[in-house]
Amino acid sequence: MTDAKAATDATAAPGPPVGADEPAVRVVELTKDYPGGVRALEGVTFDVPAGQLTTLIGPSGCGKTTTLKIVAGLIPATAGQVIVDGRRVTGPGPERAFVFQDFALLPWANVLRNVAFGLELRGVPRAEREATAREFIAKTNLTGFEHHYPHQLSGGMRQRVGLARALAVDADILLMDEPFASVDEQIRRAFQEDLLRLLSDARKTVMFVTHSIEEAVYVSDQIVILTRGPGRVSNAVRPEIARDGSPDEIRRSRGYLDAVEEIWGELRSYVEQDMQAPQQTGVAS
Amino acid sequence: MTGGGLAAPAAGAAGRPSAWGGWPPATRTWLLRAGSIVAVLALWELGGRIPVSLTFPSFTATAAAFAGMLADGTFLRAYSETGGPLLVGVGLTAIGGVAAGLVMGLSPKAEWLGVPLFVILQAAPSAAIIPLITFIYGIGFAAKVFAVVLLSTPVIVLNSYRGIRNTPVSLIEMSEAFLASRWQRIWKVILPAASGLIFAGLRLGLAQGFTGAILAELLITPTGVGDLITFYRSQAEYDHMYASILSIILVASVSITLLQRLEGVLFRPELRSP
Amino acid sequence: MRIAGRRVPMAFSLLVWFALWEVIGRAELVFLIPPFTGVLVAIGDVATSERFADAAMVTLQAFGIGMGLALTVGIGAGFLMGRVRAFGDVLGMWANIFESSPLTAIVPAMMALVGFGLPTMVITVFLFSVWVIALDTQVGVTHVSQSLLEMGRSFGASRRQVLLKIVLLAALPEILAGIRLGLIRGVKGVIIGQLLIAIVGIGYLFERYSRSFLMAEFWALLILVFAFAFAASEAIAYFERKVAFYATTR
Repeated sequence: MTDAKAATDATAAPGPPVGADEPAVRVVELTKDYPGGVRALEGVTFDVPAGQLTTLIGPSGCGKTTTLKIVAGLIPATAGQVIVDGRRVTGPGPERAFVFQDFALLPWANVLRNVAFGLELRGVPRAEREATAREFIAKTNLTGFEHHYPHQLSGGMRQRVGLARALAVDADILLMDEPFASVDEQIRRAFQEDLLRLLSDARKTVMFVTHSIEEAVYVSDQIVILTRGPGRVSNAVRPEIARDGSPDEIRRSRGYLDAVEEIWGELRSYVEQDMQAPQQTGVAS
Repeated sequence: MTGGGLAAPAAGAAGRPSAWGGWPPATRTWLLRAGSIVAVLALWELGGRIPVSLTFPSFTATAAAFAGMLADGTFLRAYSETGGPLLVGVGLTAIGGVAAGLVMGLSPKAEWLGVPLFVILQAAPSAAIIPLITFIYGIGFAAKVFAVVLLSTPVIVLNSYRGIRNTPVSLIEMSEAFLASRWQRIWKVILPAASGLIFAGLRLGLAQGFTGAILAELLITPTGVGDLITFYRSQAEYDHMYASILSIILVASVSITLLQRLEGVLFRPELRSP
Repeated sequence: MRIAGRRVPMAFSLLVWFALWEVIGRAELVFLIPPFTGVLVAIGDVATSERFADAAMVTLQAFGIGMGLALTVGIGAGFLMGRVRAFGDVLGMWANIFESSPLTAIVPAMMALVGFGLPTMVITVFLFSVWVIALDTQVGVTHVSQSLLEMGRSFGASRRQVLLKIVLLAALPEILAGIRLGLIRGVKGVIIGQLLIAIVGIGYLFERYSRSFLMAEFWALLILVFAFAFAASEAIAYFERKVAFYATTR
């Protein structure tokens, strides 16, 4: 706890300007306890380089979503801290935008309003926020569905609305919680490629949570592997993939396959554990 | 979508909506319902003709009395007497009750204080208190308003409270992530999400309000529709009595259905589109 | 709600309201509201009085018969409505109309038809409670998942086995909820019926107490009736909790 206190004093005011190689997000000794004595995370530490895509991966219950939500400022940490752009995180902020696993769309609002919701909350005038919303609706290939309601859309389309909403607020850091988990496998690959395309022109830092190893290796610059019981950082992998081939070529390249093998090796023991014993309840994921 | 799939005979399987004698399922439903109404009215007519009892008028007699009372303004007079306290009472509880439910949903202290109280008020036979009202409010407008408020408040408060508490956590988290202020969260997320249960509560409250108004008129202050019922019974004019009863049932059903339509129009556009 | 850091259960808030009642009663602000302690004492007096015993007998008899009928007809109709679409559409329409109608208005007609005694009370209890039981049963039965039914069939279950071993149990949470609501409405029904009939049972007792300005006795009686309704509903809630463990994963 003393770490946290010292850090508060040091970074209560805006810190030194962020340099080009200063990580956008620093997670330092993050610990999270839940009532009942469940320790979800212990001493989790890693850096998220600016302008790159970092994925958190691990077996269910390892605390990857918990970590992401702490970075988002939605859940408080028990100990440790998260430093974003030199400042300590105490709650949500305009520089971080979140994409939810279950989409979290307002069911009574149409696509246009949902995408513009973040801007609406900031008090952006209607004409301006709708124009911005339309821009991102176009970028996520939802043109023509502006006046549809969430219940009229497929899961994949709803997730695109969630993504458009997060992009519309123009945050530097995008936090994505298993965004493609509820989407068909075929669509999933298309989404991965779309995501990379969308991010390539924006200079955004992305933190991504998934439990698909292939997905992690395909989209990420860095993969942080968490193990559970309680969640700790086991390893961080930087896939060495030449990104100049087609998606299929990339998925067959040496670098891609090596990275997948390496991660699978780390996680394998946890799968075997799961097969033998019932899943722990009450452990965060 | 019913569980009738297992009982499915060869044709017209109840498990899946299917054409029935060539008609689409929606028409079939309408026909069956209309048919049941006709059957009930026919039985009523039969019962009145036998007669089941001297006090049981046939449907045609009731209908004739109904038409007569409609034409000569009896219903108009009666309903303006009953309607006033009903509307005022339900209006008061709608605003006050929803507000109370809201406060209870948002404030743990209010919740702690309010929930057991309203659960008891909801379960207790509050109707027994109605005769007491005269001691404070006499036999006028206020007494009837009190009866309406007494019966309709708990269900409106509790439903509003439950609506607020049942707001999906995911939507609240999302609004936090996008930096909603407390008021924005209440107004833009919680209230719309709760509107379903709030309106269900208002419908139930309206139904209870009708009961309260009628009971007040039957028990303490003979005015309005309740008085019609009592009067015609005392005169042994059972066709008029049944017509009055029928009228209140119709008026209650229609107003509750209208309230439901109103909800769809004002608050839940997504329920309108397929 | 916490006091000195310890969680205080919600039911304790009633103590606050009782204290308020006591204060208002002592201050004699409203003559209708005697001190709460007076009411507590009166509960003992009323409960042990012969008049109460007679009234309670009459009331319980009407309530018991009426509820018994409502449960049989309600659950039976609800099953039918849930399993056979035609019945669901038609009976459902009627049930919905009557469930939210002020059926109180029908009681005078009943009184003219079958008199001022047991039959009217039984019919009132029945009319107040049967609709919600039928509708909730219908909901429970229609929501039985299609794959559970198919699973039963694929393992060779007979119609009767499916109904009893799958449908009934799968729909039980909703059926119990309907019964609980029906019980509360049934109590209201028997009281309202007796208030209108005015010469029998607990409804009559209420009227006697209020006419004689025996306010403490009046509230005591109200508390007793409520306690009965509450006990009955909690008994059902107990069973609801027992089946709650599977209610979310059906």
